Formats: sequence, structure tokens, C-alpha cells
Amino acid sequence: MSDWESVIGLEIHAQLATVSKIFSGASTAFGAAPNTQACVVDLGMPGVLPVLNREAVNMAIRFGVAIDAEIDHHSVFARKNYFYPDLPKGYQISQFELPIVGKGRIFISPSEGVTREVGITRAHLEEDAGKSIHDQFPEQTGIDLNRAGTPLLEIVSEPDMRSAKEAVAYARKIHSLVRYLEICDGNMQEGSFRCDANVSVRRKGDQKLGTRAELKNINSFRFLERAINHEIERQIDLIEDGGRVVQETRLYDSERDETRSMRSKEEANDYRYFPDPDLLPVTISDADIARIRAALPELPEQKKQRYVDELELSDYNAELLTSNRDTAIYFETALAAAPQLSAQLANWILGDLTGVLNKTGMEISAAPIAPAMLTQLVARIADNTISGKIAKEVFEAMWQGEGSADEIITARGLKQITDSGEIETLIDEVIAANPEQVAQFRAGKEKVLGFFVGQIMQQSQGKANPGQVNAILREKLKP
Amino acid sequence: MAMSVTEITQGLAAGEFSSVEVTQDYLARIAQFNPALNCFISVTDELALAQARQADARLAKGEAGALTGVPLAHKDLFCTDGVRTSCASRILDNFIAPYDATVIEHFKLDGAVMLGKTNMDEFAMGSSNENSYYGCVANPWNTEHVPGGSSGGSAAAVAAGLAPGATGTDTGGSIRQPAAFCGVTGIKPTYGRVSRYGMIAFASSLDQGGPFARSAEDCALLLRTMAGFDRRDSTCSEQEVPDYPASIGRGVEGLKIGLPVEYFAEGLDSKLAAVIETAVGELRKLGAEIQDISLPNTGLSIPTYYVVAMAECSSNLSRFDGVRFGYRCEDPVDLEDLYKRSRGEGFGAEVKRRILIGTYALSAGYYDAYYLKAQQLRRMIKEDFQKAFAGVDLILGPTTPGVAFKIGAKTDDPVSMYLQDIYTISLNLAGLPGMSLPVGFVDGLPVGMQLIGNYFDEAGLLNAAHSYQQVTDWHLQSPELKK
Repeated sequence: MSDWESVIGLEIHAQLATVSKIFSGASTAFGAAPNTQACVVDLGMPGVLPVLNREAVNMAIRFGVAIDAEIDHHSVFARKNYFYPDLPKGYQISQFELPIVGKGRIFISPSEGVTREVGITRAHLEEDAGKSIHDQFPEQTGIDLNRAGTPLLEIVSEPDMRSAKEAVAYARKIHSLVRYLEICDGNMQEGSFRCDANVSVRRKGDQKLGTRAELKNINSFRFLERAINHEIERQIDLIEDGGRVVQETRLYDSERDETRSMRSKEEANDYRYFPDPDLLPVTISDADIARIRAALPELPEQKKQRYVDELELSDYNAELLTSNRDTAIYFETALAAAPQLSAQLANWILGDLTGVLNKTGMEISAAPIAPAMLTQLVARIADNTISGKIAKEVFEAMWQGEGSADEIITARGLKQITDSGEIETLIDEVIAANPEQVAQFRAGKEKVLGFFVGQIMQQSQGKANPGQVNAILREKLKP
Repeated sequence: MAMSVTEITQGLAAGEFSSVEVTQDYLARIAQFNPALNCFISVTDELALAQARQADARLAKGEAGALTGVPLAHKDLFCTDGVRTSCASRILDNFIAPYDATVIEHFKLDGAVMLGKTNMDEFAMGSSNENSYYGCVANPWNTEHVPGGSSGGSAAAVAAGLAPGATGTDTGGSIRQPAAFCGVTGIKPTYGRVSRYGMIAFASSLDQGGPFARSAEDCALLLRTMAGFDRRDSTCSEQEVPDYPASIGRGVEGLKIGLPVEYFAEGLDSKLAAVIETAVGELRKLGAEIQDISLPNTGLSIPTYYVVAMAECSSNLSRFDGVRFGYRCEDPVDLEDLYKRSRGEGFGAEVKRRILIGTYALSAGYYDAYYLKAQQLRRMIKEDFQKAFAGVDLILGPTTPGVAFKIGAKTDDPVSMYLQDIYTISLNLAGLPGMSLPVGFVDGLPVGMQLIGNYFDEAGLLNAAHSYQQVTDWHLQSPELKK
């Protein structure tokens, strides 16, 4: 395995969040009854013509500007010709030469402290096809053309990635970016964000690329990693057994966790691309680009830098908070009411909150603990109303929907004991009840201090202020 | 009878007859003569009479548009809501269009009446109307001869007085050549002047709709209604539509007309050339200044055209796959069988030939040699015209190398058939407007003269043709019809 190097490039299809389709006025909403969102243009009726939805172009430019890409003033739509029942016109309107977005780049951090640049070859606009439904009519195939004509941005990377982990980091980065840019909802289950991976292997040190296989049908980042690792293994085994890799498309089957050959290059279509004579070339002025650039939201990189510079967060925490747009929104909303608590809020979001979200598979935007609720909780730790330990209990109760931090603290009587007289009484009782341990401590056995603290906290049901307990206890235990 | 569109609008306005009456007259003539001529694929009598009644109501209320109540015929590739739109192909024989083409919409808004849908070469591919699934149209001047194509049904219908005006489309001469063969006036506007939305595409970068009528004056009326910006067609021009009928009385005094030497060279029938020369003489008498010009790349237009048009059609016709509409073969065993047999059985021979040639021209490894090269030649052909128009206002020549040939005379020789379009197709490649008007006869068959204008100078073309028709009566001749 160590003699081999894998080379991976990704083709990502991001469904653009336009209201209507790329070449017709029909709605792009997901989930409608079959063929109710397909107008005569989407159906490929005789005589109809496409009209470009300029909003799709603007979204593509927004992406291009964000990855620092070349954007030509002149872009052309082309027809990609092939027959398929869910492709109504017998060709897909796509781009071949002169895509909207040219060469760009993006930085990924596959692991803490590591940064790599990944080149983006191009990103072009195209229309989606419909769906063939094979499982609803015996012996027949149904066609649903609701999705036909939905705008897609196909983002093609350079073969710059060397492991499945890097490929996933890249895919996550693009996913995060398109959501930041509000050009794609990123929903992988509904197919709004799809990854195809081109995978090849070569012996380390070889300059020449190996023959690649294209992996399709991957609908989660987890499956992306598994599919690529699987394919790398398959190719290495194949070559080491004296075989050779053939250029082909392979489908990933997540249930069996394997890839299967779909079609080989010999059977591949000649798409006969040519400029679509029904559409004029798209012209993009410098003013268009400038206007879109000026309207860009703060992007993850900039946000991360700001968190480090202004909020004094660690590089790692800043990266984690900004990698998902919704997490950053949650953090910034929580921070608004308590700007001095940035580090604590970051820790709670990346620790307990992320933990419970991962466990329940919930999105942060749907979390039952709203940002303001978390702020209140963290503020109560900061003003010594509760200890960090009690806070975990309050957090759990908030997650269960018992109310705000203050309501839970009052209802459960969790307010911290900070009255030194009360604490002294507790300490005296514990010291009196454990003469043996007192002797041990005084004989130099420091560890026993923990025992006393534990006892006192237990007696106080965790409410005694731990700092005060420590200080008074040491004083009282002095020989 | 044989009234003009202008006469009908005047008669309707003056209350001399109603739209229902004039529509009934035309429907009666269609019933009488269409069986022999085969101009119509569908006659929409009931719809026509309903529209005529509505038109009469509109006329009575004084809310008439320019063409309210005028019966017209439409080439059967304009989609007509609720009416079969066949493109003269078996593959669309059962196709009822679910929407109106923009051109049809314009006529409806204006209150015009639709008599029916006219015969044509299948998918507008042909120069003789022999490629129709519904059989050839007969030339009203001599029924053993072709009417030209692809808009042969429309041209013949106007010539035979089965409609005062009709729509056509012109991809390489499909309005002008049948206009010439049938002795009527027809105009192919500048590319982008008339919306292509709802016009079933043959070659998208060349197709353009336009009218046929008995005179330039009538064409001006019809074109004014057909033309105009349409946001549903991205290639449609936003340029304002001039009032064509108001711009045709200007005469040709001082007008510079160029005769391309290449159009009067080898290949042109000498008797036809003599007829054209006589017509040129008339224009000279009217004050036009005639001069020779050169369009040196004329010879390249046929090969260029047949690469561009076939490449585009090979893709445009992919949607006819038997899946969503149109003909589907019986009991397909699998998807490939469904595609192969639906298309194999649904398309005629010429359509298949063009799809095959176009597919070849776009294939990997041939694209640069054919499609890209053709695009370069297309630019050269366009530049020829641009240079010529620096010195002249209009270009004039024959529309066709000869008069209408006999049915069957060229069916075994596609190349000879393609050469029919030698004088017409370079305009489509350049996107320029052109028209054909009758200027005489050879062997009892009409001769068409072609006028070519600069971009968006349809008014200039119509004006010159109208001036000529003011002093001649070739356009007023009608064939004697046999029942």
C-alpha cells in the first residue's frame, strides 16, 4: 500500500438555488407531484426555445469570484447530445468551451495544522435532466421531468487530491462555500449537491497518471470517503494481481459498500458538443463582476481570520466554527449579546452542542437550544451563578425543553453557594466526620484533598463554589 | 375570385362582405381544388368559421385589428394550440400542439382567421415538397410539376387562390423558391425579425418565418403582424418593427441595385435569365441605378449550408424519440428498440439522410474539419454581402436556376436537388432578408426574381417590389385550375 499514491479529482454538481429553472419559468421547488413542475420548454415540446435565467449566471459568477477564478467576458452554452428517456430534448444544454468560471483555487485543511491548495479547473452551468422511476410501474419506467431544467453548477477540480480524506475535505469546503454564498442549499439527500470522484493510482514517484475510474451515485461525505478508499484498494489489488484498470464509470452501492461497473469507455457516448444556436453567447461585463464581488458575504476564510484576530479564538476553533455556515451564524447570534464570552461560547458550541447534535443527527439550525439560550447559560457560569459542572446539567435540561437557563436554575435550585459562612459550615461537618482522612492529609498526603472536595460538593449537591471550597478547606486543614 | 389581402381588409371594413362569407368562400374553394393540389394537411373549417364569427363581432364593434377577419393558411410547422401540427412527418402525425407559436398568437391577436395547415417537405427539408408524409403538392400552374419547397403547400395555396395569404418558413430558400415556382410574392425577413418560438426547428441559426401573398403590398401587411420582439426567443431582435404598409410607396428613383455576376453565370437557365433581364429593365426605367457586383464566395454557400443545417437538425430532431409525444413503434422490446424503430419508422428518407450527415459532421474527430470550417466560411459569405452593401442598396438576381421541374425529376439525385437553393441559401447563412416576386414565365411556368436587402431593410425590399408591381401585372396572373 505504501508504494502507491492515489490521485483524485472531483466533479461536484451544485444545484443552484434559483426560483425558476435555468431555461424556463417553471418552479425548481423539490418534492412536487411528478411532472407538475415541467412546462412545455422543460418537456422538450416541438418548437419551444430556451431563455437563459440570468440569476443562474449571477450565481455562477458569485462562485467564481469567491474562488478567485478567471471569469471570461464571453461565455457560450453548448449542446451535449445523447439519448435518454429523462433527457427530453435528446441533448443537455451545458457548456463545453468557454465556461462561465475558469481556473480558480481553494484551500483545504484535511487535518489540524495542514493546509493544501486545490486547483479548480472550471465551473460551468448546465441544466439537470429529469428522473427515471423504475420501481413504481411493473415492467415499465416512469419519467418525472420536474427536475429537468434545474440549474446546476458543475465544479471540476484538478486531480490535486492524494487521499480520500483530502477529497472529503475539499468536498466539504465547496459545500460550505456554496452555502455561504447562498447559491445552493447543499442538501445531499435530495440531490442538490452531488459528488463524482475520478480516482486513479500510480506507483510513488511516477509522473504519469494511472487510468482513472469515475465513481458516481455518492450522496454523503461518509460514502465519498468509503467509496474512494474502496476504489483505491480495488485498483491496487487489481494491478498487483497483474491486471489493469480500465477507464469506466462505477456506481457506488452504499448498502453493499462497493463500486460496480456501469459503463466502460468503449460504450461511452460521443456527445457531439456544439454551440447551442438557440442561445446567444453570454456577455459578462467588468461592472457585473464588480457588482457581484461587492455584494459577496463574508466568506469562511475571512470569517476565520476575523475570529482569530478580533475574538482571539484559536486557529482550530475558528476553522471549526466557520466550516459550516449555520454554525457560524449560531455562534455570531449567541455572541451578539455577550461579546466578551467568545472563547466560552466557542467551547460550548464545539463541545457539548456539537456532541449532542452529532449524536442525534440534528442540524444546528434546528437545535432546541437557541443561540440566546446558550449565551444565558455561559453568562451564568461567568457570573458565578452556577459552576461549569452544574452548567452541564442545565444544558441537558434545556435540550430536553425545560426552559431557559435561568428558569431551570431557579426551578431546580441550582444556584451556586457563594456564602462563605455556609460553605464553612459544610466543611466543618465533613472534617468532623472524617478524622482519619484529616490525619492523612496533615501527614502530607495531598491527594486526600480531592476526597474532601468531593464530599463537600456532594453535600452541597454540587452547588458550592469550587474555588471557595478549595481555599477554605486548605485553610481549615492546616495543622 | 383571387382577392388580395388588402382587398379583403377593405371589403370587410366597408361592410361589403363579412368574414364568415369570405371564409366560407375560401373553404369552398379548398374543398373544390385541394384534392387535386394537396396544399393542405389539415383544413380547420369549424375553427375557421368560429374565428370568422368572432372577427365579424369585432368588426361590428369597430375594434378590428389590421387583419381582423382575413382568412389565412399556416405552414404545418407553426404550433397551433389544440390543432394537429405534423411537420408533414409520420412522427408527428398524431401530435396536437399544446400551445400557439408566437406568430400564430400574433395573428390571433390581430383577429385573423386560420383556414388550415399547409403541406410542406417533412421537417422543412426539401426543395420540391416531395418529402411530405402526406404526398407531394401539385404546382397550380402545371400539376405535373412541383410547387417548390419546403413551404410548397403555402405557396401553391396562395397561387391557386385557396388562401389570400399564408405563412412559411425559410431555412435555405423555403419561402422564396416555392414563391418563385408558384408565381407568388414571398419574403424571408432578417434572421431575428420574426420569433421562432413555436416554429418546429429545422436549423435554428437559419430558420426564419415569413409570409406569402399575391403582392408586396399584402406581404407588408402580413409581415407587420408577424414580426416583433419575443422574449421567448433569445435570438429575436428588439429592433422596432417599421410600419411596412406605410413605407412601400417611395419608388426606386436613384436606388442602387447590384447584380451579382456569380448569380448570372453557368447553371442559370438562359430563358429564365432573359426574363430577369427584362424585369431589371423595368426597374431601370423606374429610375433605379443598376450595376454589377461580385459575391465571390457564392460557390461555397451550398457545402457550408449543408454542414451547418444538417449539424443543427441532427440535434434538433433528437427530441422526436417516441417517449413523450408523437409516433411510437409497436411493442418495443427495450429502450434501444423503442428509439430505433420509432425514429426509423417515423422519419422519412430525406430527414434520415440529413440527421446522419449532421451527426457525422459533429462527431469527434470531424468537428473541426466540418462544423468549425463551415462556421468560418459562413463568416466569409457574410463579409461578401457586407462589402457589397457598402456600394448598393439592394441586390437582385434570379431566385432559382430554373422554373419548377417535374415531380420525380430530381428525387434520385439529392445533390441536384440541393443545387436548387444556390441563390437563396447564402442569405440564410448571412442572416439577410430576401424576397421573391413573379416577373414572367418560361414554358408556362412562373419565374421568380429575388431581391436581397441589408439587415432589417425589409421595408426597402417591399418598397422596390411594390414599385415593380405597380407597373407590371405578373403578380396578378392566376392559373386555371382543374377540379
